[in-house]
Amino acid sequence: MSGNMNLTLKVWRQKSQNAQGAFETYEAKNISPDMSFLEMMDVVNEDLIKAGKEPIAFDHDCREGICGMCSMYINGRAHGPLKGVTTCQLHMRSFSSGETITIEPWRATAFPVLRDLVVDRTAFERIQQAGGYVSVNTGSVPDANAIPISKENADEAFLSAACIGCGACVAACKNSSAMLFVSAKVSQYALLPQGNVERKERVLKMVSQMDQEGFGNCSNTEACEAECPKEIKVTNIARMNREFLRAKLFS
Amino acid sequence: MTLNSKAPSGPLAEKWNNHKFNLKLVNPANKRKYDIIIVGTGLAGASAAASLAELGYNVKTFCVQDSPRRAHSIAAQGGINAAKNYRNDGDSVYRLFYDTLKGGDYRAREANVYRLAQVSVNIIDQCVAQGVPFAREYGGLLDNRSFGGAQVSRTFYAKGQTGQQLLLGAYSAMNRQIATGKIQSYTRHEMLDVVMVDGKARGIIARDLVTGQIERHSAHAVVLCTGGYGNVFYLTTYARGSNVTAIWRAHKKGAYFGNPCFTQIHPTCIPVSGDHQSKLTLMSESLRNDGRIWVPLKKGDNRKPEDIPEAERDYYLERIYPSFGNLVPRDIASRKAKEMCDQGRGVGASGLAVYLDFSDAINRLGESTVASRYGNLFDMYKQITGENPYKTPMRIYPAVHYTMGGLWVDYNLMTTIPGLYACGEANFSDHGANRLGASALMQGLADGYFVLPYTIGDYLAGEERKEVSIDSPEFVAAEKNVKDQLQKLLSINGNKTVHEFQRELGLIMWNHCGMARNENGLKEGIEKIKALRAEFWKNIKVPGVGEELNQNLERAGRVADFLELGELMMQDALQRNESCGGHFREEYQTPEGEALRDDDNYAYVAAWEYKGENQPSEMHKEALEYEFIKRSQRSYK
Ligand SMILES: Cc1cc2nc3c(=O)[nH]c(=O)nc-3n(C[C@H](O)[C@H](O)[C@H](O)COP(=O)(O)OP(=O)(O)OC[C@H]3O[C@@H](n4cnc5c(N)ncnc54)[C@H](O)[C@@H]3O)c2cc1C
Ligand code: SF4
Ligand code: FES
Repeated sequence: MSGNMNLTLKVWRQKSQNAQGAFETYEAKNISPDMSFLEMMDVVNEDLIKAGKEPIAFDHDCREGICGMCSMYINGRAHGPLKGVTTCQLHMRSFSSGETITIEPWRATAFPVLRDLVVDRTAFERIQQAGGYVSVNTGSVPDANAIPISKENADEAFLSAACIGCGACVAACKNSSAMLFVSAKVSQYALLPQGNVERKERVLKMVSQMDQEGFGNCSNTEACEAECPKEIKVTNIARMNREFLRAKLFS
Repeated sequence: MTLNSKAPSGPLAEKWNNHKFNLKLVNPANKRKYDIIIVGTGLAGASAAASLAELGYNVKTFCVQDSPRRAHSIAAQGGINAAKNYRNDGDSVYRLFYDTLKGGDYRAREANVYRLAQVSVNIIDQCVAQGVPFAREYGGLLDNRSFGGAQVSRTFYAKGQTGQQLLLGAYSAMNRQIATGKIQSYTRHEMLDVVMVDGKARGIIARDLVTGQIERHSAHAVVLCTGGYGNVFYLTTYARGSNVTAIWRAHKKGAYFGNPCFTQIHPTCIPVSGDHQSKLTLMSESLRNDGRIWVPLKKGDNRKPEDIPEAERDYYLERIYPSFGNLVPRDIASRKAKEMCDQGRGVGASGLAVYLDFSDAINRLGESTVASRYGNLFDMYKQITGENPYKTPMRIYPAVHYTMGGLWVDYNLMTTIPGLYACGEANFSDHGANRLGASALMQGLADGYFVLPYTIGDYLAGEERKEVSIDSPEFVAAEKNVKDQLQKLLSINGNKTVHEFQRELGLIMWNHCGMARNENGLKEGIEKIKALRAEFWKNIKVPGVGEELNQNLERAGRVADFLELGELMMQDALQRNESCGGHFREEYQTPEGEALRDDDNYAYVAAWEYKGENQPSEMHKEALEYEFIKRSQRSYK
């Protein structure tokens, strides 16, 4: 079909966590601009299998920008060139025929590569387990409308809660800091009355776990906000810093 | 085996309370002596895991993604129903119960549906207490919207990301229990078999998807919350990893499969754009609150939508169903869209689409109000199609979205295997032949937060409080079977990829068992599936080895199961000589083309028993008795 593109891909291949990795070059031929980036990868993988080679492993699931599974570092940018868009929602119309596209996994000490483009993000799990919740048991709660919350706060809490836990903020940061991710969760609860009781403890525990996982420090370059597919704001980081100071001062 | 629904007798509103009172209890100090395995961490699994761990049971959870938070529930957009009547618009538990039964075309159990409506109110309380940021009004109280099949506003929502927020709430409750050690969470693990000891479910065999290791896990009860099986159709709104494997393998071990052919086709999805397509994207049903659906009056009218004058447009839902208009239930909206396209009045390059037009709403409410209600959906549409829905109508077409069928369960959510439970979309309960919008989230959370925690105790109270060994011959044999199957898949080394087989199967399913079905088509479809399945086991090509991260191997196992399930779905559609809800048999329709139910002969749940490889399955019937409401022909006119 006319209008279809031919591309060269440079893809990071690594057999397992402890194996040595390297770039390999592949041709992606006859790619429709209406394909999503992952559909283009599907095409390449089908060709690899047919040629008796190992397909490229990559994470994905919902393919509509909400599960946070997909995680490619495309041409030096987490989730590729578009703002506010995950890899799975990126379409090939954002590239031009003849282009060479470099595809890497997230790179961070706290996110070891498991295979090719698949990384281990369980560090995020452990941070959430450290305090990313309100301690209420099933059944022991008041009527939902017994807790009025201003629309403004509710809406802002929602914006922080929209984080999909993809890890692009870490990948985009030169220090591999997880501040944006952690602060989004801390902010959601800090903005809501439900989160108030455990407010101090939560921020201390989550930050301490973050440090233990080997994420770097925040040096305010704001690359995280620029690359976050859900446009989580760095103001969350400022709020978390305030929460943290307050908790330290009064603990 | 005769099916016993265990639905309690007595007055409708008292059934659940009385039943709870009659259930056996496990003494608090003894709960920690019981182990429970929960497979799947979507809304159903995460809520069940957290609630059971809070009670003191030892819980192990399993999911295939790298985090429980990534289960397919995360993608639910529009909202969750609850009979709160915060709007003062006449809603009640009874009305939600009635709407759900009617919406399901009277193919669900009265007692279950009433319980669902009852506990719906507690769900919203629970989620708010967890910090779920639902949409609110300026006064600080919760906002609602209306959804298809209902004339009241009872749907709670968080923009177009309700599933995400609810799942993150349940996930946070899980995390709290993981931190206390009451839940052990196994991510990137796939369950590949249920292990039965002395006729009871006693554990699972799972594959660590990173190392490829096969593991044995034992427990006193196993709960499957593994979601729906719509991906048998290949192009669907499901996440790519959604599959039938867990419940299918349980089915092969003796769990009956209820109403497998009941599939929901969602009316508002972005149409297919080409062969490369890997999934279809839903545009939430909530859009039908403000969007108007139309096609050109004339066949083959290929003017731009803006150039077609009002008088030459057919707002067919408003015309045919004046009282519900664009808010008719999904099965009806989907079928009518197909009819319009079959008449040659479809739009877009393929002619397989209808318009969903917001220009009236934008004129009436202003662009910013429309953006605040649906902004993220409009953005998503634009990102995928390259078109701006604020300026030109969306093009939509129906796509497979949900499966009402699933493992047969009794009122306690137990399958026909003692000690094996199924919750959420994985079971068949509650939605009958068609599910109303915003009711799946409700059911998943009802099962997990408020039903299973009570009913599972009744079973466990009768079980010995000693650890189940993983060294029994049953575990050894189940593990060997799993390993053998993986080895077989890897060793065939044929010419066709998993992807090719899955697409081919999906096409057969869509053409023969999709929006409209008929006897001949189904019979042909069954033959085609049999042939494809035979070819699969001769010609599949799975690269790599088992002891590594191998995504093709994972998928091959799932497609192998879909190839068996597809045949059962067609068998089920073939035996049901009536049309009801999402199951439309062309032979059974009214002169106006509406579904024609046959309550005298088909008011039953079809529960299928597996009889062995390539043996015909046996159907058992659970009669559906209606004690409290009168069944009528559904009318949304
Ligand atoms: C796009 C979209 C929008 C929707 N919007 C709405 C809405 O607005 N309102 C509404 O009520 N409903 C909606 N639904 C339906 C609803 O989201 C689902 O029915 C519901 O979330 C299913 O939840 P679940 O917990 O049963 O399963 P899922 O969320 O599908 O979870 C399945 C879990 O099982 C795990 N799993 C599966 N197989 C295995 C295995 N073999 N081994 C280990 N783990 C396994 C998965 O990892 C996952 O954790 C929507 C559905 C879609 C597709
Ligand atoms: S803050 Fe943004 S980039 Fe970071 S995990 Fe959340 S969604 Fe991803
Ligand atoms: S695959 Fe789910 S966010 Fe990209």
